[in-house]
Amino acid sequence: MRLSRWLADRCVMIVALLVLGYLALPILVVAGLSFNRPSSRLSYDFNEFTLDNWRQPCATSDMCDAVVRSVQIGFIATVVATVLGTLMAFALVRHRFRGRSGINVLIFLPMATPELVMGTSLLALFVSAGVPQGFWTIVIAHVMFCVSFVVVTVKARLAGMDRRLEEAAMDLYASEWQTFRRITLPLVLPGIVAAALLAFSLSFDDFIITNFNAGTTVTFPMYVWGAAQRGIPPQVNVIGTAMFVIALLLVGLSSLRGRRARRANLPVGPAQGAPVRGRS
Amino acid sequence: MTLLAQVPTGSGQPAATPPAARSGRHRLLPYLLLLPGAAWLLVFFGVPLVQLASASLYDPSGSLSTGYALTWAFGNYPDVLQAYWPQFLRSFGYAGVALVLALLLGYPLAYAIAQKAGRWKNLLLVCVVAPMFTSFLVRTLAWKTILSDNGALVGLLRDVHLLAPDGRLLATPFAVVLGLTYNFLPFLVLPLYASLERLDYRLLEAASDLYASPVQAFRRVTLPLSMPGLVAGTLLFFIPASGDYINAELLGTPNEYMIGNVIDSAFLVRLDYPQGAALSFLLMAAILAVVFGYLRRAGTEEVL
Amino acid sequence: MTGMARETPAGDLRLANLTKRFGVFTAVDDLSLTIGQGSFFALLGASGCGKTTTLRMIAGLEEPTSGQVLLGDRDIARLRPYKRPVNTVFQSYALFPHLNIFENVAFGLRRRGIRSVDDEVLRMLSLVQLDDYGNRRPAQLSGGQQQRVALARALINRPQVLLLDEPLGALDLKLRRQMQIELKRIQTEVGITFVHVTHDQEEAMTMADTVAVMNAGRIEQLGAPADIYEFPAAAFVANFLGQSNLLAAEAAGTGGGEVAVTAHGARFSVPAGRSRVDRGPVHLGVRPEKLNLVGSADQVPAGHQHVTGVVTDASYVGVSTQYLLRTGWGTELSVFTANSGAAAQVPVGSEAVAYWDPRHAFLLPRDVDDADRTSPVLDEPVGASS
Repeated sequence: MRLSRWLADRCVMIVALLVLGYLALPILVVAGLSFNRPSSRLSYDFNEFTLDNWRQPCATSDMCDAVVRSVQIGFIATVVATVLGTLMAFALVRHRFRGRSGINVLIFLPMATPELVMGTSLLALFVSAGVPQGFWTIVIAHVMFCVSFVVVTVKARLAGMDRRLEEAAMDLYASEWQTFRRITLPLVLPGIVAAALLAFSLSFDDFIITNFNAGTTVTFPMYVWGAAQRGIPPQVNVIGTAMFVIALLLVGLSSLRGRRARRANLPVGPAQGAPVRGRS
Repeated sequence: MTLLAQVPTGSGQPAATPPAARSGRHRLLPYLLLLPGAAWLLVFFGVPLVQLASASLYDPSGSLSTGYALTWAFGNYPDVLQAYWPQFLRSFGYAGVALVLALLLGYPLAYAIAQKAGRWKNLLLVCVVAPMFTSFLVRTLAWKTILSDNGALVGLLRDVHLLAPDGRLLATPFAVVLGLTYNFLPFLVLPLYASLERLDYRLLEAASDLYASPVQAFRRVTLPLSMPGLVAGTLLFFIPASGDYINAELLGTPNEYMIGNVIDSAFLVRLDYPQGAALSFLLMAAILAVVFGYLRRAGTEEVL
Repeated sequence: MTGMARETPAGDLRLANLTKRFGVFTAVDDLSLTIGQGSFFALLGASGCGKTTTLRMIAGLEEPTSGQVLLGDRDIARLRPYKRPVNTVFQSYALFPHLNIFENVAFGLRRRGIRSVDDEVLRMLSLVQLDDYGNRRPAQLSGGQQQRVALARALINRPQVLLLDEPLGALDLKLRRQMQIELKRIQTEVGITFVHVTHDQEEAMTMADTVAVMNAGRIEQLGAPADIYEFPAAAFVANFLGQSNLLAAEAAGTGGGEVAVTAHGARFSVPAGRSRVDRGPVHLGVRPEKLNLVGSADQVPAGHQHVTGVVTDASYVGVSTQYLLRTGWGTELSVFTANSGAAAQVPVGSEAVAYWDPRHAFLLPRDVDDADRTSPVLDEPVGASS
């Protein structure tokens, strides 16, 4: 009994580690390929070690243009979606009003609808309204699918906040505005930051919805998609690896902060509870 | 005192009374806060769905250049279904197989992180999310390298005769399903983890104290209690997986094309909007049907 | 101190016909009472009795459905919380987690535009014996320390009224006793009116000059702790504040300074001064510690009254032994005898006689179909807060 239980315990952990390996494998490959000098444009195999790709990440200027464009779109979409979503979250957590369930459905639906459907329906709208597609239609689409995630993330943070802290502030001579500025905002801010990071990563990495609404504008995922037919420049893997490292650093930083905050009893950001969904 | 206990507690119920109704200005405030976001969602999510629905009923003989007429052409639906039912079946077939695989891989992973990882919990969680830190497309392309005919994996499988000497992994249904499983696995694991994390291990001790074998304890305690996460994770996995076409495109061949590939080409290559819209709508309807059917079985009976 | 306008004494805190309804539920029902300036007042009641709602209306966190909250002659019932010279020590303290202790304490002064707060804050921190804790965050402090910060944060504003919402509920027993004495000391020192809400009767009795027992949105009895305990006004009070043996009885009017009572076929009498009513259905009440146990009726001293029964349980609790005595009509009376060594233990199963001095008994009004009541009202909080 003892032995079998010991084995069963370890067994679950071993399976878990193997699955994690499965999840990590492509990242290792991407990192490896970023140091590869491919034998031909259409080859995906490792050929020869080189640092050239890292020395000249913008050797293919199209690709770097696409990255810059993705960052621009991601930045604008993040700011707009974060503002809109945060306002909605405040309304939902802090106020009673008619039509709440309708609003909840409106926020939930975009998260449950396949991206393909959202992408094609927006395309149908833009085409029938005669709106030329490009940079701004991409921004519009990205804000649309990011808002719901912002609402959910900020809402969780806001709902977890003790109302008595605001009451205490009002009791201690802080007006409504002072209470918001000194107490509510500092305490909700980690949730808003997490929501913004989530929105940016959703926007930066989106392919399907963008693909239907981009016109001739090329974002980084669209560049990769196109290059997959023509041959992938190895610098794509440099960008992929760099993204990964930057994100990892951000997580490391926030967990350091979180550890300090935990010691100070600040509820830690919603990174773990953040909503996720399939996307591409 | 029982009477008192039944009375709603009048004291200490700040939650029940948000300080909304102080003045008229405050009563309007929630609507002002909601307005921009709700309007955005209505105009760019709600209206387009209506637009898509009407596009699916356009006269199929129109074109982008000559213009479309809304002729309530319900015939578009049976037409596309007849033309593309194999891709539809394949979409749900692949997504279903991938889901089963993901459950087999994801449940132990979520369970191990939630219950066995101890102080490594957060690190392992980061490892689950880490793949999403880099581009979806770039990762999928990495599988092309891993599964490549000249790659180590194929070589190994050929050497141990699991694969014929000229057998391939890339450009097969196997590769597509593997890619789907890989890409959406984190979406299954995270909610499942959240459910299992709340599971009190003392419940399992209580179960074993009450004569349940480990298998019975899992079946009767762990599994039912992880149901909410399992349901959420399953949906978060299945919805995007069945609508995906990137894995089929990059890791498969036209023989593995899913419905997404057809819709993509209808809108962007063939420019056949009525057909593309009808397919999109069918996809949504099919997914909703699967989801609600599933929720009825798993959701209401077991979760509640 | 810092020349605040609010230092002028404003007088008593008066609640006049204060009512609060949540939908159909009336939390506070036409409450009127006066709390003298500088007094330590306790609102005592079970969870859901309306005591916290009353407190929140004084603080301005809840708007009364009707009625007035008067501070001196000024009605403050409709002022926003930050416009009132009233501060609160919140249940579980509500310390701002993102600010250090110094900034938590300085918060109120800063909001009122006071620039130099250092001296005042440091003085306040030393009053609550937390001199070196200014730089810490709330989470780095123990429960008792957090409680003291919450107190300092409120007191520094020199409010005219300090409200305490179950301030010691989160502390363990020993710390609670210590803080009770501490709070009393500080209250005497600063001379501010304290209004203390609690469900802990012992805490209310230990600390307050005046206790109001609340039930279902109304005040059942108000007075000095000893007066309420010795001569409760209603069956609820008799069994909420401590425990009482209440026997269903019929009173037949006053004669010779005594009220004659019949209960379960036996005759008793109670001094008229200890009778809330003298005719009709009554409860004849005696506290368990006022009862003595002897083996037979001949041992009952003269001038005392008694009932006979069988001992069904004896719990030895150190300072006393608590017996249950089943009477001939089936009610189990509680008898607490001090373990002073004077009396021998009475074995379970033996017949015994419980006797009392009529001057320790009291008569309360009773609903016609109300029977004997001998068990204490449970005061465990229902749900999260009280």
